[in-house]
Amino acid sequence: MIHVEKLTKYYGELCAVDGIDLDIRKGEITGLLGPNGAGKTTTMRMLTGYLEPSSGSISIEDFSTADNMLAIKKLMGYLPESAPLYHNMLVYDYLDYVARIRGLQGKIKEERIRSMAGLCGLSGIMHKPIGELSKGLRQRVGLAHAMIDDPEILVLDEPTSGLDPNQIVEIRDIIRSIGKDKTIILSTHILSEAEATCDRIVIIDRGRIVADGSTEMLKMGAGGERTVHVTIKGPSFTQVQELLAGRSGIARIEEDAAGSPGELRLRCSSSGTSDLREEIYRAIHGTDWILLELHQEGKSLEKIFRELTQEG
Amino acid sequence: MAQAMNIFAKEFKDYFVTPIAYIVICIFLLITGWFFFATFFIADQASLRSFFAMLPIVFPFVIPAVTMRLFSEELHIGSLEMLLTLPVRLNDVIMGKFLACVAFVAVMLIPTLSYALWASFLGDLDWGPVIGGYLGAVLLGSAYSAIGIFASTTTRNQIVAFITGMVICFGLSFIDKMLFFFPAPVLSFFHYLGSSSHFENIAKGIVDTRDIIYFLSVIFVALYGSHLLMQSKR
Repeated sequence: MIHVEKLTKYYGELCAVDGIDLDIRKGEITGLLGPNGAGKTTTMRMLTGYLEPSSGSISIEDFSTADNMLAIKKLMGYLPESAPLYHNMLVYDYLDYVARIRGLQGKIKEERIRSMAGLCGLSGIMHKPIGELSKGLRQRVGLAHAMIDDPEILVLDEPTSGLDPNQIVEIRDIIRSIGKDKTIILSTHILSEAEATCDRIVIIDRGRIVADGSTEMLKMGAGGERTVHVTIKGPSFTQVQELLAGRSGIARIEEDAAGSPGELRLRCSSSGTSDLREEIYRAIHGTDWILLELHQEGKSLEKIFRELTQEG
Repeated sequence: MAQAMNIFAKEFKDYFVTPIAYIVICIFLLITGWFFFATFFIADQASLRSFFAMLPIVFPFVIPAVTMRLFSEELHIGSLEMLLTLPVRLNDVIMGKFLACVAFVAVMLIPTLSYALWASFLGDLDWGPVIGGYLGAVLLGSAYSAIGIFASTTTRNQIVAFITGMVICFGLSFIDKMLFFFPAPVLSFFHYLGSSSHFENIAKGIVDTRDIIYFLSVIFVALYGSHLLMQSKR
């Protein structure tokens, strides 16, 4: 649905986005992750037509941004970072203005404004000036602005930044409820949020894409070791060490923080990318120990993120 | 064009939601009213000439105050990003804002029609120059609005936009009077460049296409300059 090719943006000498290639399918929720200044906002601004690329191309459905920006803008709803709205306008007036510009009229317009007010929880504040609203409410007005004519694609730049945990959950719920049949691109630097809302994660660093895939793929595919957590009832630590020492693929066995009395908690690390769970199960199968818990953990997203985006 | 009308409606309404409009109109009416009536009886003529003669001096102060926020505020709070990512062209945005400003100038001039009515009661008012005067006033006001909008696209600071706009408009009003020591050929060029001679012609009731073309070109150049400046920011 969205096809981005060799997208590059220079601010004078500074290269903010450096040859990004990206394909986004219909109905996907894509999270753009990256440290501050990585080029997320610049990429989004080019997607939405606010900035013009220095080189490269963006095409959405059959339209390209160079020739048919107006048609693309009609398909797209955009919420810029921290929702810069007119302070002196009333919420209703603002939504009415946006709806008119987006070509809604008469009854349909009123209907859309009302349903947006319901979805974003604005019903009680429709006649307040935007300048008097709290940050969370303003963000919701921004969301209503982006969704007013039910666009196919939503681009949300840090939709939850600066909000309190309750507001974050509210906004996230709204995004997920509309994300069922819309294509959404959102940027964030809160990793747990990306994990919770996105189908796909694209990590950008210094203007380049450094990782791209679903959260599972990123965690598993990032290479390196995997850790299996095991809880066993019965044996002592040395007994287990003896049993597992010869098994293939096991690089390291460590005792974890003590569990309940009689239970032994272990952390086994693999040497490659092989799955240790099977090996451990087979080993323990022959004994009279009781296996209470066995689960594999990939790298956490935080770890992947730090590895990919750290200097050097 | 439909989009420009939406923007026009929003901007025009904005003037009257905030106190700016009322303050500017009050100041305009106070200054022009005071000077008009102070000289009306001395001149002993039923004409609005002294009122129209004031406009090239008063407009450079009043109009940039009306236009200064149009783009500076959008740049300052960042709402331009929301506006330009809606399905509108930059041209529509500039045009809508410009028309709102012209409409505001027209609204500001409406109360001064009472001067004309009043003069027509007291003496034999020649309506030709009055109609010409108002046409000239709207053209001059539109040209200065376009310049004010240009000034507003140069900066995110409204005060700077106001002063820049005022200086350019003031220069245009007085350039031919300030450069009297230049040799005659140069002077005639500046005379053409300045707005006052064109305005005076129309205000006398002589509607010459050259003068109208002059104002239209000032509007075009200023709005096109605004377009280029905004485009260069992308």
